[in-house]
Amino acid sequence: MLDKHAKLERNALAFVFAIIFVASIGGIVEIAPLFTIDETVEEVEDMRVYTPLEVAGRNIYIREGCYACHSQMIRTLQDEVERYGPYSLAVESQYDHPMLWGSKRTGPDLARLGEKYSDAWHVAHLINPRDVVPSSVMPSYAWLQRNSLRYDDMGLHLAALRKVGVPYTDEMIASASHDTYGQARPDSERADEFLERYGEDSNVRLFDGDPGRVTEMDALVAYLQILGRLTDAAHQQANDQTEGD
Amino acid sequence: MVSQLTRDERGSAMILCVILTLFGATLGLMGRDDVLGWHGALLALSGMVLLFVVMNKLYDPDPDPDRVTRYYDDPTKVGVIVSMMWLVFATFVGDWVAWLLVYPEATFDAGWSSFGRLRPVHTTGVIFGFGGNALIATSFHVLQRTSRARLAGSLAPWIVLIGFNLFCLLAVTGYMFGITASKEYAEPEWYADLFLVVIWVVYFVLYLRTLARRQEPHIYVANWYFLAFILVVAILHIINNLAVPVSLGHAKSYSLFSGVQDAMTQWWYGHNAVAFFLTSGFLGMLYYYLPRRAGRPIFSYRMSIISFWGITFLYMWAGSHHLHYTALPHWVQNLGMTFSIILVVPSWASAGHALLTLNGAWEKVRDDATLRFMFVAAVFYGLSTFEGSFMAIRPVNSLSHYTDWTVGHVHAGALGWVAMITFGTFYTLVPMLWNRERMYSSRLIEAHFWLALAGTVIYVFAMWNSGIVQGLMWRAYAENGTLAYSFIDSVDAMRPYYFARAVGGFLFFLGGVIGLYNIWMTTRMPTMEKPPVYDLPPVVEAEPAE
Repeated sequence: MLDKHAKLERNALAFVFAIIFVASIGGIVEIAPLFTIDETVEEVEDMRVYTPLEVAGRNIYIREGCYACHSQMIRTLQDEVERYGPYSLAVESQYDHPMLWGSKRTGPDLARLGEKYSDAWHVAHLINPRDVVPSSVMPSYAWLQRNSLRYDDMGLHLAALRKVGVPYTDEMIASASHDTYGQARPDSERADEFLERYGEDSNVRLFDGDPGRVTEMDALVAYLQILGRLTDAAHQQANDQTEGD
Repeated sequence: MVSQLTRDERGSAMILCVILTLFGATLGLMGRDDVLGWHGALLALSGMVLLFVVMNKLYDPDPDPDRVTRYYDDPTKVGVIVSMMWLVFATFVGDWVAWLLVYPEATFDAGWSSFGRLRPVHTTGVIFGFGGNALIATSFHVLQRTSRARLAGSLAPWIVLIGFNLFCLLAVTGYMFGITASKEYAEPEWYADLFLVVIWVVYFVLYLRTLARRQEPHIYVANWYFLAFILVVAILHIINNLAVPVSLGHAKSYSLFSGVQDAMTQWWYGHNAVAFFLTSGFLGMLYYYLPRRAGRPIFSYRMSIISFWGITFLYMWAGSHHLHYTALPHWVQNLGMTFSIILVVPSWASAGHALLTLNGAWEKVRDDATLRFMFVAAVFYGLSTFEGSFMAIRPVNSLSHYTDWTVGHVHAGALGWVAMITFGTFYTLVPMLWNRERMYSSRLIEAHFWLALAGTVIYVFAMWNSGIVQGLMWRAYAENGTLAYSFIDSVDAMRPYYFARAVGGFLFFLGGVIGLYNIWMTTRMPTMEKPPVYDLPPVVEAEPAE
């Protein structure tokens, strides 16, 4: 062995190929099958895509680095299920490009945050967390309420998401910026069109409570309110398991 | 630096500056409605400044033809100083965000200065700014000495160094603008990622071309590690950052992978960034500078081989231990755990190897703070790799994951191992580079050592405590069978530990400032009449007749 190695370490190119070969094995064995084994991601029928406003909100969540302190992955542990709700399924982040499972809980997990609090609570909390949770160490995000949301390019965003595998229709892409507006303006015609496209169950509200502009706050709150509510599969499975006991 | 280039190289440099300017201008125009526009402008401006610098010296006389009888160390000199500047900047930001967890209001009412945007500035600044520059600088130095050959070309090392720092600049300014791909330790967006790929190819080719000039038949161990660092980081970087941009005028892109596949790819990347950036590269440093400083040969050639291939093979399996109990399939979690545990063998072989090399030089470790930095680094390397394997065990991970224990663990590695080995290396290297007999002040090295050690120990102990307390509070049940604590109870309990952590971080930052001052003053010391001879010169082959 040592003799062979003595030869190998005299040849730079051979050494390079040896490193690439040895280092590739682990990744190939662990990652490649995840794309081919069907059981990796559950198949559920009610899984829905993010609306354009929710996509914009998700991008703000990413931009502000929320994932650094909040996970979106409830583990299969008793105390987590009791604290946050049914454990997370792979399918729930099927359309998450990228995923936001997170790695740290300086604040609580958000995988099932949707509809747990009112829109007004979220707005107050984001403007100054200490107004609603006195000992919170979360930063305040007051500028979200001050910034208008840019949504004229949401069609491009949806088109890019379709390229990586999210099933948006041509119609959804063409009307993406109208739909963004419609979801945040309940009284507008665009709201009705939005509901036709994305289903009556979608949230159409004045998320930030301000009938003026569509703000970044609108988008972020719309996103937070849908967390854990793209599919009912996790609750369904939890119920089945309880009944089975 | 320009006067060291030949006329031809100056011409090529000008062309590259023009390309950079045009690239920046194009990006800026395409992204004029987006934050991308600012980054285009930044690149265009950098290109123009560099062009001006080159043009200013274009007609200087050609460099000394005797330069081939010397090593080319100017890029290393710049790299060392820039690395220390990144350290001071990034640990300052790190300590700022640490204080924000104690006093959340201690910032401005603006997006750029909020915790979520500053945190990646800290991590990127430390890992890539400080660590990356240190690796590039030392790899050039080690490569030339162990090959007894001058770097292949005088322009390529500057492309690598300047290009890499432009990438770091794009990264940290981007986060403050709100540009991030959100993949931890791979946050820069698609155009910065592509830019880095180009730089990295130049780095790799330069490394191979210099190795091809070597006058020693064998490639020395340190270069194995540097090669693994360059190669595997390239593989990880390219695969994990695959994405589709919204348009060529948008900074934003959407990752090619989603959900569980994305999570696995991300932590395959994340864990191996630790392995091949923060371990492999720095082991390369250790394998050259520790024996030199201790004045003792490497303990065992055989042990080097086992550790090197062990680390290169095993680490790549371990990433899934970041995803225990998640929606990642069980079989991948189990593989990750198993390989993480086996990984302690080559890791301890490396750490033990360093200590065995020091065996017989303990009086030097006692008296010489520079060597003591390296000794402590090897100890922390051993401790944090053991801790890492331990935390990868599923039941242990159920407690430690998502808590500050993880933060403590990475800082034991980053402060205790990566930074300490770099400080020891720099204090060895700087007098060699500037032809000084010694550093400006050995008392300042001593002060730096104790500040860094105290800072690290305070930090790590604070995070062990806070992490374990958090983990236990989250899973505690009251007698009536309900959860005993609300989440905010655990936040309240963290206060004293977060305070202690910020104090520890400040001590470490202070040490870095002292280090930068000491290195700077060493470069200002008067040149000696008879400079010490540190190295055998490169072997110069007779130029083939043209």
